[in-house]
Amino acid sequence: MKTLIVAEHDNQTLKAATLNAVAAAQQLGGDIDVLVVGSGCQAAADAAAAVPGVASVLLADNAAYENQLAENVSLAVADVAAGYDAVLAAATANGKNVMPRVAALLDVAQISDITAVIDADTFERPIYAGNVIATVKSSDSKKVITVRTTAFDAVPAEGGSASVKAVDGAHDAGVSSFIGEEVAVSDRPELTSASVVISGGRGMQNGDNFSMLEGIADKLNAAIGASRAAVDAGFVPNDYQVGQTGKIVAPDLYIAVGISGAIQHLAGMKDSKVIVAINKDEDAPIFQVADYGLVADLFAALPELEAAL
Amino acid sequence: MKVLVAVKRVVDYNVKVRAKADGSDVELNNVKMAINPFCEIAVEEAVRLKEAGTASEVVVASIGDKSCQEQIRTALALGADRGIHVEAEGRPEPLEVAKLLKGVIGSESPDLIILGKQSIDGDNNQTGQMLAALTGMGQGTFASEVNVGDGTVQVTREIDGGLQTVELKLPAVVTTDLRLNEPRYASLPNIMKAKKKPLETVSPADLGVDIQSHVTLVGVKPPAERSAGIKVESVEQLVDKLKNEAKVIS
Repeated sequence: MKTLIVAEHDNQTLKAATLNAVAAAQQLGGDIDVLVVGSGCQAAADAAAAVPGVASVLLADNAAYENQLAENVSLAVADVAAGYDAVLAAATANGKNVMPRVAALLDVAQISDITAVIDADTFERPIYAGNVIATVKSSDSKKVITVRTTAFDAVPAEGGSASVKAVDGAHDAGVSSFIGEEVAVSDRPELTSASVVISGGRGMQNGDNFSMLEGIADKLNAAIGASRAAVDAGFVPNDYQVGQTGKIVAPDLYIAVGISGAIQHLAGMKDSKVIVAINKDEDAPIFQVADYGLVADLFAALPELEAAL
Repeated sequence: MKVLVAVKRVVDYNVKVRAKADGSDVELNNVKMAINPFCEIAVEEAVRLKEAGTASEVVVASIGDKSCQEQIRTALALGADRGIHVEAEGRPEPLEVAKLLKGVIGSESPDLIILGKQSIDGDNNQTGQMLAALTGMGQGTFASEVNVGDGTVQVTREIDGGLQTVELKLPAVVTTDLRLNEPRYASLPNIMKAKKKPLETVSPADLGVDIQSHVTLVGVKPPAERSAGIKVESVEQLVDKLKNEAKVIS
């Protein structure tokens, strides 16, 4: 069994999601190599080489891969995948974009968003927005898999010393180009890896009121999230969205403020260790999953909470 | 410019789906079916391109048994011009659906193909990317804005940190995210008109595809239940519990 992991990185740093993918690969057993496809991404490859359990790191460094365009990156991955039994990536926006393309190039299925490894061919994955867990068995000789990061505890980032080998050849499909990116810059921890998350919903009433969450987030070193309702209403940008079609989070503490608890939101946060709900509607479904529920007007409770911390 | 939209028949998003008692599959008997919400957004985007004069024709395709003609008619009522039903039994997997759609592209030669980013039943999020790979096209996945230019399309995509814009050569594949548009409701006159719009049925063999299975469903189960905790009376009590009982803050 030889497994290839496609690293999640920004050319400089290795993203933590890669460490969850390595954890899933360890459950498959066998050798684990990591492929870093990017441009000027030696530092990311070096970081991958330091991950314990990684046998070797393959580095495909070319200008065509700078912005992770799926058309180019998938060709590089499919090339390298020839020598492996399984190809894994974290089910991030990037993994979801690139990996099905890799699978199609290899003429195999992709198993999306696995939450458990039963054996080398059999996996669990949520379907119907997490209302049902399916056990699926692949008959393909080569597996292409994306990993739900919250379902696998990350391996340590340091302690290993794998070799880094350059991969020959460059692929530019010539059908796509990068125009630009609007990425929110924040001093706060990243939503998907924060140990505390505080999210606002429609009950926040408008975008300005989200500032009431900031003081609390500062004190708890928390990331700020939102329900789909709050994003659709334009209170906050899309990258705040926690839920089945947004980000899946599983922090130690999740505080839901003014969120009713629609199925699609619960699917994105119900694996959190401790859930707190603050809502004035005592029948809100969020209270059915909350460890601690506070029935209160959030406009009174939030300043009080900030002061108490 | 011709636009091809693929739509899928799925369980209505308001239905809470459950595993069957024997754990063999989900319970789909007597459950309300509908067009997949992301596919509906795809239809809306195509119809808007036509209304703006950018697209000349909107063709809608669906793959499945006879019943999915209902969803094709829904798309026609929303403004698509004609339908193609690829009649296939069972539940073809994303890779096979992509191969069938590639066959449809072979005979239709659309300039732009729009799909939903995922269906709300299997939650796979694969078909658009696979179709783009099989046809060698560029892909604009998780689109929140689509601007068609001269021989190209610019797609703004929802990514983990925010938004990214890419430019793709046409023909290209776009998959829709939630915020691309808000689909309209079909009016009664348009529903009546849709019944007279052309709908052609083809077989996988017509498209040169022999449907394979790569993945089998072993079983389904409900997710691990999370039980409700306690209600606290005050912020003070909440902070105390978090500090001393749950020990998640210090």
